[in-house]
Amino acid sequence: MTTSIAKPKVHHPDLPVNAIGLTRRDYEGSMSTLCAGCGHDSITAAIIRAFYELSIPPHKVAKLSGIGCSSKTPAYFLKESHGFNAVHGRMPSIATGASAARRDLIQIGVSGDGDSLSIGLGQFCHAIRRNVRILYILENNGVYGLTKGQFSASADVGSRPKRGEPNRQAPIDPVLLALNLGATFVARSFSGDKEQLVPILKAGLLHDGFAFVDVISPCVTFNDHDGSTKSYVYTREHLREVVHADLVPEREEISVDYAEGETADVRMHDGSTVRLRKIAPDYDATDRDAAYACIRARQRAGEVATGLLFLGEGAPEMHDNESTVDAPLADLPWDQLCPGSDALDRLMETYR
Amino acid sequence: MNRVNDFAFKIATVNGTGSASANGLLLQAIFRMGVPVSGKNVFPSNIQGLPTWYEIRVNRDGHTARTPEFDLIVAMNSGTYARDIAELQPGGWLVYDSSWPRPKTLQRTDVHTLGIPLARMCTDAFDGSRERILMKNIAYVGALAALIEIDVATIDGLLEEQFGVRKKALLESNYKAVRLGYDFARSNFECPLPIRLEKMSPPDDFILIDGNTAAALGCVYAGATVGAWYPITPATSLMDAFKGFCQKFRHDRASGRNRFLIAQAEDELAAAGIVIGAGWAGARAFTPTSGPGISLMSEFIGLAYYAEVPCVFFDIQRTGPSTGMPTRTQQGDLLLCAYASHGDTRHILLFPADPHEAFHFAAQSFDLADRFQTPVFVISDLDIGMNDWMVPRLKWDDAYRPDRGKVLTAEQLDQIKVFHRYLDADGDGIPARTFPGVHPKGAYFTRGSGHNRFGAYTEDADEYQDVVDRIARKIASAANAVPAPVLRRQPGARIGIISLGGCNGAVLEAVDWFAARGLPVDYLRIRGFPFHDSVTAFLGEHEHVFVVEQNRDAQLRALLTIETGVARDHMKSVRRYSGLPMSRRFVVDGVLEQMQHDDAARQIMAAEQRNGSRMEIPA
Repeated sequence: MTTSIAKPKVHHPDLPVNAIGLTRRDYEGSMSTLCAGCGHDSITAAIIRAFYELSIPPHKVAKLSGIGCSSKTPAYFLKESHGFNAVHGRMPSIATGASAARRDLIQIGVSGDGDSLSIGLGQFCHAIRRNVRILYILENNGVYGLTKGQFSASADVGSRPKRGEPNRQAPIDPVLLALNLGATFVARSFSGDKEQLVPILKAGLLHDGFAFVDVISPCVTFNDHDGSTKSYVYTREHLREVVHADLVPEREEISVDYAEGETADVRMHDGSTVRLRKIAPDYDATDRDAAYACIRARQRAGEVATGLLFLGEGAPEMHDNESTVDAPLADLPWDQLCPGSDALDRLMETYR
Repeated sequence: MNRVNDFAFKIATVNGTGSASANGLLLQAIFRMGVPVSGKNVFPSNIQGLPTWYEIRVNRDGHTARTPEFDLIVAMNSGTYARDIAELQPGGWLVYDSSWPRPKTLQRTDVHTLGIPLARMCTDAFDGSRERILMKNIAYVGALAALIEIDVATIDGLLEEQFGVRKKALLESNYKAVRLGYDFARSNFECPLPIRLEKMSPPDDFILIDGNTAAALGCVYAGATVGAWYPITPATSLMDAFKGFCQKFRHDRASGRNRFLIAQAEDELAAAGIVIGAGWAGARAFTPTSGPGISLMSEFIGLAYYAEVPCVFFDIQRTGPSTGMPTRTQQGDLLLCAYASHGDTRHILLFPADPHEAFHFAAQSFDLADRFQTPVFVISDLDIGMNDWMVPRLKWDDAYRPDRGKVLTAEQLDQIKVFHRYLDADGDGIPARTFPGVHPKGAYFTRGSGHNRFGAYTEDADEYQDVVDRIARKIASAANAVPAPVLRRQPGARIGIISLGGCNGAVLEAVDWFAARGLPVDYLRIRGFPFHDSVTAFLGEHEHVFVVEQNRDAQLRALLTIETGVARDHMKSVRRYSGLPMSRRFVVDGVLEQMQHDDAARQIMAAEQRNGSRMEIPA
């Protein structure tokens, strides 16, 4: 008996199709085996919508993950994409290698707070430094689910577990960390807020570099009780959207009018535009230091700032930095790789 | 005894003083005279100020394995005088810097002492402290040129190639320093010594190259495009060389763009992940490392084995365990690499014996990795990797095309109904694979968790076993695809030696040594793992089997016991694990001392004792 569950393949004939003729069902994967009500399933739905709306051919995508509840989710979307379930905390290096071989791959990585902030903290940081092209989603619930509810490194001080003592160790905030490390795309959202999340994911997929999205995603089984700072109730009460992102595709005219100073347009790699709209009047998502300061100020006030929190300059994307050719290295023809026997004969003269 | 083109000498210096270039000059000059030569750099894990030695052996018959029997020592480091002098053969020559008085305690009456005031001469002849220190080294090259008759014109030629017209002043200084040493030796000693060189026929078909450079070249020629690594002695120079060759051969000057990508990872774990990711996506990818790196990569190696991702690991072994002695050689990672990672794993290993094989095995490793869809290890060591070896010229067959194994193209995927990643369609244990981005039908899920033959996640007992059993069959079938053992037979041999890698030179010389004394010995050199069938046969054919290797725990013998079923006690062990390369004497002594009840062996031992050898017959 196979332990994964395929979804039925019957489509309603009236399902709408996107620009490449695919329905939203074409972007689905197998059935989720996560707990009913898990935040991760909502994120999966948002991912499916983002790919569908961007009309990305699924087979041009590589979906990667590490180990943990979050890392199971790539099985639940994009069944026509190559998937890679790596070892715990080490997905960033697999993504780095895959991107090195095929720079034209559209990569999405799904990780969790244990996977990215404890066992894989080093790889997470260095993938940001290398600015590998990937949409990197951290499904953040503050606990280890598969091993039954231990705190992770993102748990807040004072957050209470279902049983036992509250957490006393300071949390690692992946958003502040990513800003510090020079990430060029940093966002935070909530699994229960698709209107905010989907445009962020779409912008992240178009970003030419490491697009980091921290998504608060409550664990209904181990961390959704009173006293938890990652529960649905707590999250809804304390999240504050400070900036809203909308993706304006290249072919659409920008027609919405906003009062001056309320929006900033950022041109993406493919020619489309991300329009950043201020929700908090003092927030500037294109200024790394100012963004950092605002996020910290909100934290001190007990709030969690959300939105596409930073989009701007930083390190060049890995291939730009390495000056690799435009063609994927994995596809280079033989005559461009092997120098041949004459070159070797000449070279041998220098070893005499 | 004829000592022309048959002796060994050693230069003791302090690291960071520029002696490396002087020693390289000596080696290359002798090489150009056509005399078989080897150079062993015994160096500290340090930037500057610790003792370092360079050992040169010349042998007209081509036996250039390390020997610990030195006929001449250039003692430039007062800190190591005592042990350097102690290592000199009776009747040998001690060259030392006589600028300062030598302590009385360091006298030896059974050797010739040749004092040369190198420091004083260089202080008088050159300005500036740096130049004086550097030229002191070049001056001993000059003195040796006189003493052992290194062709001065050859030395001059090499200096000119090195400095050319661009560094005219430096070239002049070097010329001058060579003559300082040369003239002093000629005027003060009877030159040449009985140990001396004579030109032999020019070695047109030979080069002088280190194994890491040769392996890097193999990677370039096999079409590797992605290299990931974390710096580690003694593997670093492999990636340095790969980078250099790629800049020469894979850099487009007009556009400034590269047809390669080298990632210096944050650690060996990430380096392994990068090459697995690249291999999965269809590039040929490799990582050079050493034992500590393999330890760190082990989790990922298991993933690549189980998920069947091609990738190449170079283990340039150094002395373990733990940090061990990073600048000394060993063969201590055999068991680690054969079964790296938790659970049931077994890996393809290649064992080059010298830089020539390092080049060819490096290239071949990518074919094997692609064909068997699994990690492949090229097991080299510090001695092969970092020392210059005189080996046949590297040649390339332009008809070669990479064997990418079973990879389905977009056209092939178009024609099939459905693709299953781990389905063994033709019964050879190897399924077809696809690259991402090629075709919607090619999609599959790669995972290190339990999966069935269709690539789906499973916790089903039969489905799990079905896949791991097939992988076992697949790896077993590689036994006849790895380089076959090299067998040297002699009529009537009752003794068989099995060895691998860098032991080769010492074993060959030992076999010749025994043959010259009337004792025929067969020799089988293993070049790949899983073991070829002929290995088991060889074990059964000999009354006495000796396994010669460079580790404490007889890892090759353990591997042979596990893999062939031949009893451990049938194989006697000769092990050197001090960090220094294997020598002929060590092999001979190791064999003889375990053959003391054998008449033929006892006769040889008795004869050796009569000849005044240090060999002792065990009680």
